[in-house]
Amino acid sequence: MSQLPLWAALIVALLLAVAGIATLIGSLGLLRLHSFYERMHAPTMGTTLGAFCVVLACTLVAALVQHRPIVHEWLICLLLVLTAPVTAIVLMQSAIRRS
Amino acid sequence: MNQLILDGAIGFALLCFVLGLGCAVLRLLRGPAAEDRILALDTIYINGMLILLVLGLRFEAGLYFDVALLIALFGFAGSTALAKFLLRGEVIEP
Repeated sequence: MSQLPLWAALIVALLLAVAGIATLIGSLGLLRLHSFYERMHAPTMGTTLGAFCVVLACTLVAALVQHRPIVHEWLICLLLVLTAPVTAIVLMQSAIRRS
Repeated sequence: MNQLILDGAIGFALLCFVLGLGCAVLRLLRGPAAEDRILALDTIYINGMLILLVLGLRFEAGLYFDVALLIALFGFAGSTALAKFLLRGEVIEP
């Protein structure tokens, strides 16, 4: 990992910082917002922006260090994109039914 | 220089993820409704998965990726089963 060029290290650092800030904002929103329907929106920032930025950084490091594209981290992103709306829909239906 | 930048960014990202984990744990303990607790559980597993991915980036070990994939799979199964239980009263309907 120390043989990365400077521009790649800067891009990876930027992606990691964006992922951390987005996930922290999402989790703070989960803690701070007032009703359940508002809180439903907040953690999706971590699911989408956080996970995508981290996976993009992983792919970039793997492609530059091992000199071949490695894409199996995107399996996690595919899984999150497919499964997060299912949980959200079921939770929403449950909240509407029970309130 | 490069290693310093990367280590700083990785430490910052890990700190943010751990703080987010703490916020979600507070919501899990405090949540007024059961749905809030399930949503907090969802956030907890996403944050833990991101921590494992960043650790895998730091130590360049492939094992972290497999653990993160398993956490994503089982976290989805767990939170959907809990939400389905709240919605219908049973998880698997005959």
